[in-house]
Amino acid sequence: MNDIIVKTVTRIMVPFIQMYGIFVILNGHISPGGGFAGGALIGVSLILYTLVFGVGAAEKKFSHRLGDLSESGGILIYLVIGSVGIVSGGYFLTNLDAGFLKGEAGALLSGGMIPLLMVAIGIKVTSTIITLFHAMIEEDPS
Amino acid sequence: MMKRLISVLFFALFLALSYAVLQMPPAGTPDAPSYNHTTEHYLANALEETGATNVVAAILTDYRAWDTLGETIVLFTAIVAVISVLRKRPTAEVIRDE
Repeated sequence: MNDIIVKTVTRIMVPFIQMYGIFVILNGHISPGGGFAGGALIGVSLILYTLVFGVGAAEKKFSHRLGDLSESGGILIYLVIGSVGIVSGGYFLTNLDAGFLKGEAGALLSGGMIPLLMVAIGIKVTSTIITLFHAMIEEDPS
Repeated sequence: MMKRLISVLFFALFLALSYAVLQMPPAGTPDAPSYNHTTEHYLANALEETGATNVVAAILTDYRAWDTLGETIVLFTAIVAVISVLRKRPTAEVIRDE
């Protein structure tokens, strides 16, 4: 797309959309939202960038390698956080009994492992959306 | 003949299901069967047991964390399937030439 208005507006809007996505992920345990909604927001901002600036420019920002790493990394973070419960003598995915910080209700650092799991889910959903979109929109040169 | 019989059967089924829908309690009533002691326990104890003020997040990533792990694995499997079919492989041409 070669329109100066669309390009300028996108360049201004994308950071704000991504910041809102990070806000939704980090506040998942105190306000509505969470990993799935926030990850979808960040993924949608990258889809907007891809539509406006083309696949080539977007893959410099979010490469295949970064996609592969975050795709597996999201699940690995989730499993590692779950295994803390086993190490501390409880069940898999034990929350407060495993020694996670309970904190004050409503504070950003509260809820034990819930914010950590939300970050893992957010990474996973973001990379799923953008990897799927890039895999489908890439054209075979031959 | 057979077609007509089947359509009569389906119409009877439709009438029975419509009657069943009309018997359901209206949405949001507190005495609906889906509001049982599990709901009450979550609403009363979620803040104490998890420390999160968002009960939905507490259910998703504490009480039902296994379910969310399964959801995440479903996403992973879907993306692996899509990539294995759609992504370009630059080595494919080379292998064919040899």
